[in-house]
Amino acid sequence: MIKTWFKSGSPWIWLNAAAVSTCLIMVVGILGLIMARGAGHFWAAPIVQLSYQEDDGQVKTIIGEHVDTTITPALMAKSTGFKMADNEDVLVQYLMKTGNRDLTGADFRWIQERNIKAQSQPESLIVIERREWGNFYGNLTAVKEGENVIATGEKAWDVLQERLKVALELHEHIAHLEKKEIGAINYGLDKLRLEQRALELKGKWNDQTAKEFADKKAAYDVDYKKYQAQLGELYQKVRRDSLVATTESGAELSIPLSKVVDISQPNKMGFFTKVGRYFAKLGEFLSEDPREANTEGGIFPAIFGTIMMVIMMSIIVTPFGVIAAVYLREYAKQGFTTRLIRIAVNNLAGVPSIVYGVFGLGFFVYILGGSIDKLFYPESAPAPVFGTPGLMWASITLALLTLPVVIVSTEEGLARVPKAIREGSLALGATKIETLWKTVLPMASPAMMTGLILAVARAAGEVAPLMLVGVVKLAPTLPLDGNYPFLHLDRKFMHLGFHIYDVGFQSPNVEAARPLVYATSLLLVVVIIGLNLAAILIRNHLREKYRALEG
Amino acid sequence: MASIETRSHSFDASSILRSTHKHDDPVEPCLKVENLNLYYGKKQALHGINMEMPKKKVTAFIGPSGCGKSTLLRCINRMNDLVDGVTIDGKILLHDENIFDKSVNVAALRRRVGMVFQKPNPFPKSIFENVTYGLRIQGINDKRILEETVETSLRGAALWDEVKDRLNDNALGLSGGQQQRLVIARAIAIAPEVLLLDEPASALDPISTLKIEELINELKEKFTIVIVTHNMQQAARVSDYTAFMYMGELIEMGATSQLFTKPTKKQTEDYITGRYG
Repeated sequence: MIKTWFKSGSPWIWLNAAAVSTCLIMVVGILGLIMARGAGHFWAAPIVQLSYQEDDGQVKTIIGEHVDTTITPALMAKSTGFKMADNEDVLVQYLMKTGNRDLTGADFRWIQERNIKAQSQPESLIVIERREWGNFYGNLTAVKEGENVIATGEKAWDVLQERLKVALELHEHIAHLEKKEIGAINYGLDKLRLEQRALELKGKWNDQTAKEFADKKAAYDVDYKKYQAQLGELYQKVRRDSLVATTESGAELSIPLSKVVDISQPNKMGFFTKVGRYFAKLGEFLSEDPREANTEGGIFPAIFGTIMMVIMMSIIVTPFGVIAAVYLREYAKQGFTTRLIRIAVNNLAGVPSIVYGVFGLGFFVYILGGSIDKLFYPESAPAPVFGTPGLMWASITLALLTLPVVIVSTEEGLARVPKAIREGSLALGATKIETLWKTVLPMASPAMMTGLILAVARAAGEVAPLMLVGVVKLAPTLPLDGNYPFLHLDRKFMHLGFHIYDVGFQSPNVEAARPLVYATSLLLVVVIIGLNLAAILIRNHLREKYRALEG
Repeated sequence: MASIETRSHSFDASSILRSTHKHDDPVEPCLKVENLNLYYGKKQALHGINMEMPKKKVTAFIGPSGCGKSTLLRCINRMNDLVDGVTIDGKILLHDENIFDKSVNVAALRRRVGMVFQKPNPFPKSIFENVTYGLRIQGINDKRILEETVETSLRGAALWDEVKDRLNDNALGLSGGQQQRLVIARAIAIAPEVLLLDEPASALDPISTLKIEELINELKEKFTIVIVTHNMQQAARVSDYTAFMYMGELIEMGATSQLFTKPTKKQTEDYITGRYG
């Protein structure tokens, strides 16, 4: 009976089906978890006002967002020091985000459900997203211009909206001036300094060049003074307005509007307002720079850095891998040596990535980069240009890491091009190289793309080697900007994978950053899927175009 | 170099060729094979082949599988160069020039000696690009010349009417017979002197086979054709001369009508009457 069942093959099929479904469940589970935790971060949660009795009997007000709930069995709660009544089976605790870190020292607070005496969601409660000190929760009392109160009570909210809009515009203007205009001046001045140093080193520094440089510097100074004056004015304007709000304990706090990113009354919002706000927040997350040690704000530089690095890596790895594979498959005499090389290449794929990082740092950064600095940038010494981790070295290190994948799949692609096609081309008077360029390589191009897809998937997710060869917690400038030569390969950059590690484990405010970890993970997955999809689309197009003869 | 074996039964085809055609126009040989020996590593695959292939005639190689007829054919445009471990001695003269000479440019030789393979092998490109492939290799990119060549070649391969409206379609969308004629068009587009056909119809259905055979009859007005075939009826139908090979040796060669009716060798007779092979 059992024997026939085994012979029928159905246990085998069940086993296979079980393995496949386990894989699927795990993948869907991972994505689901990340998505649920990450995507919820941007939804405007209601603010609750609680009347809470502390263990010592004192009653006070708590205002904040409910974040998490834990249920602890009575026995366990007792052993950790909670006083439990005999009729209580469990201890229910809530994690509340109460913000106001500048006043209380912490953003989050655990409270016990049994001590909550009353609960409400007044519509007047506001949450202020600040540039420093995290969120503020409380009630708006007044809006001030300088020292004068210009609105109170009901009117205050509308006046505040108008004033905030102006303040945000001013802030943007200031940021633009500081980053773009003054940034360009600084970049120019630094270049001048390096040019001067270079001339001095060459012994060509004389009165004439000194005068030229002084003129150029003076021109920059004039510009700088102009912008400085503008900035002074703007700062004065933006600092003028402030708002006054009361905290949960009733204390009054004055917050300058220049420190405010966003003010909202989530309890007043309808569903559609919340949806609109959700996408606005998501947009900010994708397009803005991080704030407060990366725990707030957006992650645009990290997205940009990741994509730049992957693109650079692809540009480097594809030609190298393809050329190596072509030589191995088409030109090298097949034998012991080629077999040895193939084994070496395959084993290279198994080397732990951190080892590549160490190699990249030791060889590329210090030896290669150091030599480049000595040869081409003597004027920058002792500050390194390429002799320090940066985008170029990170890309090259990852290219090295992913080279085996490209070589192996290109070789497979070349091997799959039918002999008949090659002979057909040769029989028409084409030389070997012409056959290779005109027929064989195009037909092997889908396989090259497959290699590239695998390489991209591996490179985009790699973090360990990058920490050694170019990724930083916070890069002040993007590797691509408006200053000549536009692409700055020597710059350090931010990376989503490292960002996750940094925000999740290195930040001073882990609790606040946790949703960001999930959101960033989700984004990293999306970016990798996006890069892969692009490559897959190209490959499918090529496949259709060079659909080979079967067999 | 290995010494050239001369065996008692090895056969000098050139004498027969001359003797049977005394009353016809004098036959001008296009290709001459002299004492050709070929080795795959240590194994000898061709033994002292001597033969002549007349200009603008169809010469067929027949013989059982593995007798070396394809190997001999592939010597003529030096396709065997691609195979590892092949050594060749002896000569093949194309208009008195030894193709194995060191000074010979192989690519240029292959432009003079075109080849069509057993299985149709169009490139995964458009019909137009397939036919112009050889020209473009030679650096000819003038659109007018290319278009003219495509039309004459496809007409020459009796394919023009079927594909003239879809020259930009992928060649892999054609049927097997059409693909084979496309490959022939591709070969004749570069105007070779000799056309080598390696069992060109063996992968095709009977109707396509018939078309290819008709085509061969037309093509021989312009090209010297050497065809390898399994099929004796086909050899009888399309060729002017037939060479029978067995175990790497040329057993007998003569005018097709004579070889099939009055073979001089016992082995030939046995083969064509179906006693072995």
